[in-house]
Amino acid sequence: MEHALTSGTRIGDRPRPVKNYLNETTTVWSWMSTLDHKRIGVMYLVGVLTAFLMGGVFALLVRLSLLNNKHMLFGKVWVTAETYNRFFTLHGAIMVFLFIIPAIPASLGNVVLPLMIGAKDVAFPRLNLASFYLWVIGAVMAISSMVIGAVDTGWTFYTPYSTTTDGAVGLMTMAVFVLGFSSIFTGLNFISTVHKLRAPGMGWFDMPLFIWGIYSTGVIQVLATPVLAITLVLLLLERVFQIGIFDSRIGGDPVLFQHFFWFYSHPAVYIMILPGMAIISELIPTFSRKTIFGYRAIAYSSVSLALLSFIVWGHHLFVAGQSELATVVFSALTFLVALPSGVKVFNWLSTMYKGNISFETPMLYAIAFIVLFTIGGLTGIFLGALSVDVHLTDTYFVVAHFHYVMMGGTVIAFLGGLHYWWPKITGRMYSEKWGRIATSLVFIGFNMTFFSQFIMGSRGMPRRYFNYLDQYQPIHAFSTYGSWVLGTGLFMTAIYLLASLKYGPLAPDNPWGGTTMEWQTSSPPISHNFEEQPVLEHEPYDYRPKTVTHA
Amino acid sequence: MSSSTVDLHPPDPHAPHGAHGDVAAVHDDPHHQHHFTTMEQQFDTSKIGMWLFLATEVLTFGGLFLGFGLMQNRYPREFVEAHEHLQRPLGALNTVVLLVSSFTMVLAVLAARTNQPKKTVRYLLMTIGCACIFLGVKYFEYSHKFEEGLLPGRFYSHQGDLIAGSHGYSTFFSFYFMMTGLHGIHILAGIGLLSWIAVRTSRGEFSNAYYTPVDLVGLFWHLVDLIWIYLFPLYYLIT
Repeated sequence: MEHALTSGTRIGDRPRPVKNYLNETTTVWSWMSTLDHKRIGVMYLVGVLTAFLMGGVFALLVRLSLLNNKHMLFGKVWVTAETYNRFFTLHGAIMVFLFIIPAIPASLGNVVLPLMIGAKDVAFPRLNLASFYLWVIGAVMAISSMVIGAVDTGWTFYTPYSTTTDGAVGLMTMAVFVLGFSSIFTGLNFISTVHKLRAPGMGWFDMPLFIWGIYSTGVIQVLATPVLAITLVLLLLERVFQIGIFDSRIGGDPVLFQHFFWFYSHPAVYIMILPGMAIISELIPTFSRKTIFGYRAIAYSSVSLALLSFIVWGHHLFVAGQSELATVVFSALTFLVALPSGVKVFNWLSTMYKGNISFETPMLYAIAFIVLFTIGGLTGIFLGALSVDVHLTDTYFVVAHFHYVMMGGTVIAFLGGLHYWWPKITGRMYSEKWGRIATSLVFIGFNMTFFSQFIMGSRGMPRRYFNYLDQYQPIHAFSTYGSWVLGTGLFMTAIYLLASLKYGPLAPDNPWGGTTMEWQTSSPPISHNFEEQPVLEHEPYDYRPKTVTHA
Repeated sequence: MSSSTVDLHPPDPHAPHGAHGDVAAVHDDPHHQHHFTTMEQQFDTSKIGMWLFLATEVLTFGGLFLGFGLMQNRYPREFVEAHEHLQRPLGALNTVVLLVSSFTMVLAVLAARTNQPKKTVRYLLMTIGCACIFLGVKYFEYSHKFEEGLLPGRFYSHQGDLIAGSHGYSTFFSFYFMMTGLHGIHILAGIGLLSWIAVRTSRGEFSNAYYTPVDLVGLFWHLVDLIWIYLFPLYYLIT
């Protein structure tokens, strides 16, 4: 069992096993029918990255449409308002439902969650595979809906537009319904796994913080997603049967749709951000070589964010006609979200304080996350403040805030986690030099694209508009240039990661000196994860000297 | 594999599920999945998963209950008038039928747990019978609504007393058909599940060492019953 305690070491690995989960069997069918959480995670990873590529291309097209207010390219008008509506709907719907929601839990979480708690698999392997196929079916439906009849409602499907517009709104909403069940099954599986499959000796407060984040995410997935499912069914029935719930012409209430929708979709943004925070809680102590500061505070803040997420949805309806009292209450509750978020940020910073920090690519992403998420979080407080929000509602300020949290937060954390666990997942090391260059491009390009949108938004540029006044022209153009830098960084990342699969040096078991259990098995792990059942003998993130000398 | 390594680590008293017990014996059970240490752990895990699934069911129906409540608040008079067109005795009969079915379901689980497969199958068939009676009664109720034109949304074509120009009536029946319809789909799914475990029981697949599917389908069936317990007063007993 000595090797199980080699925390803080980079070498001294056992000989690499010949057979691992990637090469144990090699047929296509062995992948398609696999019950191995690691393979399902890898398939999810391929799927969500493909979705990310598609959503990203649409994002670049949205920005390109807005490069100038004549919508000209090389002297020609190349895009119409309808096409532009479809671009941003597809960008939003693909990114939200196909990419961000499943991205971290279902791909990286699937691979590392059982490894981190010393389990052989998730609780329900078949359900795990079913979840993946539901995702595939949902993705095919979503993509079909754009081919057979473009959807132009935006990803929020607000009534009455969504009940009256032509196009394949029905198919799109059913796609989201199916994707919702995929997400529910993932959450249900992970909660059960965390409850019952922890390694001997691992109590709740011995779990890595990533597990706390994924667990909290699972709670939201299980409790919020069914409400979205029934909301979309009601929307579909309203379109087909005119049941009279959302359409005011037949006695319904369009604002009720917004309540229903945001009762899911506000918690859903925590489905997106909590796993991102969970990754950062792993990266910061590992690359600071220091025990995490405030373990319990971070763990509790994940759970309290999950709970708070259910009672703040009304802040999406400040100008939609809800009562003044409700508006004031929701505004006050929204401010509470800042507390657990702040707890996390300050604990990460305290962990770094006097740590022995090294700047590998995952750590660069972690630091980028702290900067960008803090900007996104603070501007969220602006938007939670009633009087300010009335001015900023439906402007680019909201777009910028959302992207600072979702892209600057979740996507940056996802990329950090992807680099962090890449050696474990693939058994290869990526190029650190290219990693650092790409991270810098992503960080610069992201800020160019979206910080400019804060400025535009505060000056009144409304979001989703195809045409705009000349005064916004330079800022729009700057934002579009930024999107090119950002896109370059991301394409560069794709290239060097793919290249590493063939040319990357073989990864050691524990390239970063991590202390959690996934580093105690080979890279890539064997099919059953561990040669022997690991037993927890020290708390997570134990970087104190005595542990190191033990090795 | 794990049986060879378990010996290396004495069971930890603080472990949520220590590697104790007759490991060799449980590994003989064909139902034992490789990633669980004991059958007990496997059973508990399945049960947690089922309860979480039931939570999603409650929230799915919760959305409809909320919508119903809001619309009832909007059209209090219309909803009372519309509910007069539901057949209260049939609704009450179905309530009794489902309560009985929950009772036979409990007996089926008990029989499975005490190694009495024949009894299990008998009680499962009785439960399925109740479910079929429920759907039969529902069929008569639905036919009656169809004849009277008391249909959801734009299909509403009632020519009797409920045509006072309010959207409240058609909205009432929209919700009536959505909620009892979704519940009916669950009854159908329940019949499928009950039949599946009845077949597996008659093949002798279950014993006191492994009867997880019977237990879980039982939980599902009780939820389906419970939802009806709420639907009945919601629709049939409005004042």
